[in-house]
Amino acid sequence: MFVPCGSSAPPDFEDFTLLLPAVSVGNIGQLAVDLVIFTLDMPKVGYFYTDCLVPMVGNNPYATAEENSTELSINAEVYSLPSKKLVVLQIRSPFVKNKYRSFCQTLLSWVKSSRCSKVILLSSSHAYQRDDQQLHGTPLRCLLSPAIQKSAGDLMQRLNWKEMEKVTAYPGVNDADMVLRIPGGGITTLLFNESCSNGIQMAVLLKFCSEGDNIPDALALLNYLNEWLQLIKSEQNSDAPATPSQWKIPHSWRLLFGSGLPPALF
Amino acid sequence: MATFFGEVVAAPSRAGMDDDEEEAAAVEREETPEDREIRRELEKKREVHILWSSKLSASTGSFTDEQFPCSKFILAIGHNAVAFLSSFVLNSGCWEAVGSVKLWNEWCRTSNTTSVLPTDAFCLFYKLISDPTVFLCQCNCYVAEDQQFQWLEKVFGCMREEDLQVTILSTCPVTDYKTPESTLTLPSPFLKALKTKEFKETVSCPLLEQPNIVQGLPSAVLSYCQVWQIPAVLYQCYTDVIKLDTVTIEAFKPVLSSKNLKSLVKDMSKSTEILKKLVTTNEIHNNIYT
Repeated sequence: MFVPCGSSAPPDFEDFTLLLPAVSVGNIGQLAVDLVIFTLDMPKVGYFYTDCLVPMVGNNPYATAEENSTELSINAEVYSLPSKKLVVLQIRSPFVKNKYRSFCQTLLSWVKSSRCSKVILLSSSHAYQRDDQQLHGTPLRCLLSPAIQKSAGDLMQRLNWKEMEKVTAYPGVNDADMVLRIPGGGITTLLFNESCSNGIQMAVLLKFCSEGDNIPDALALLNYLNEWLQLIKSEQNSDAPATPSQWKIPHSWRLLFGSGLPPALF
Repeated sequence: MATFFGEVVAAPSRAGMDDDEEEAAAVEREETPEDREIRRELEKKREVHILWSSKLSASTGSFTDEQFPCSKFILAIGHNAVAFLSSFVLNSGCWEAVGSVKLWNEWCRTSNTTSVLPTDAFCLFYKLISDPTVFLCQCNCYVAEDQQFQWLEKVFGCMREEDLQVTILSTCPVTDYKTPESTLTLPSPFLKALKTKEFKETVSCPLLEQPNIVQGLPSAVLSYCQVWQIPAVLYQCYTDVIKLDTVTIEAFKPVLSSKNLKSLVKDMSKSTEILKKLVTTNEIHNNIYT
């Protein structure tokens, strides 16, 4: 459930766009959301307090100075920027076993009650599980729920975005049955299917990737999102999509691959 | 599971790996009544129960709303933190055991009694006799991820917050600590703190630096306090010894000077002696010749 920070009245998210990550392979969605929050300097407005996520705490990951470095952060927090009509939910931990379904329900009922106009899910899928048609061209894909098709469908065509291909349910047996499969995508498929059947405007943006240094993947996914939302503009040409250098990397991304090595090793 | 042709086919496990869960989520698999029954039974078995002794209701008078006033809650999680409270706090005041947590999971099970051996897995609550609003909890058992939320709801659900201040003590391996240098060069054990927004007192040690995080029950308690605006502080001791260890236990000593614990510690002369006794008891139990 959404709990606002401090004693302030709950913020109004009517007609806002909700951006959130799927906890998926390479954590690309989560990394991209970190970049959005830090680059746009979005203030925290509340928590998404739930029993579905593994608890974790740490100090402010977006600290810029000594003063704001000691604010406690938890596993799911909500950031908002009314000037861009954008609300972001950052998820920092995986799901508790068998709780993903109840998380989807809680999330979608919050989306409905907060009257957000649309939801954008940033996700990823195992690169090694692509089929022949998915190997061609760009590794970026999108998926639109029927409800958002009307408002955003044309734009997707103009941007020349590729829709996530369906794959055969039973390869070699029956090629007619096509299903949507996003291996490594966590709750992506479930959340998308639920949104489709509940008439929620949802777009899924995803990238095929492998585990490793996923910062370039996150930047690629974010630039893909920026083509649509125009969160930041390129400096040279206001119409051109932003270049990766314009996204600011938070300091908490340091030591992503562990502590320093013992000097005696060398 | 076997087919008519005799070969063994691996059935998707209900315990589930991530991939299985994804598969289950993607393919809207119908849950059979048997599946549902098994899941319900497992959930029931994993429920967390808090048993308060009759002493508590007697001292707080009316216990009708099943909530008691609480001004200080001190929580020790893990063997070393539990031993620290046993030797430095519990011995110096007059405390009485007022409750216990009964839980079952893959790592441990606790009983519903308040009389336990130091080597048992337990989660016990104590109350200060001279001030019945001061509570202390010693938890050396493993509380699983799916049980932490229940634990919180049930423990804090029983408390009527009266300027409540929460102090959490916990330990974790020094290898979990992230620093640009090597963790081998760090003088362990050392203490780091995290506090909620409402906590305004001075903290007895440096705060935990980014990008370090804390997980498990200590983080669940601190998250709860942050969300519901309860002043709370977590003292995390980073140590290179996983078992009960005097040096690690003594690393918590700076916390004794904090405002919340200062008034509870009166006589420290016997502490070291009790500590030694505790550690040796454990060593004997860990010995293969017992």
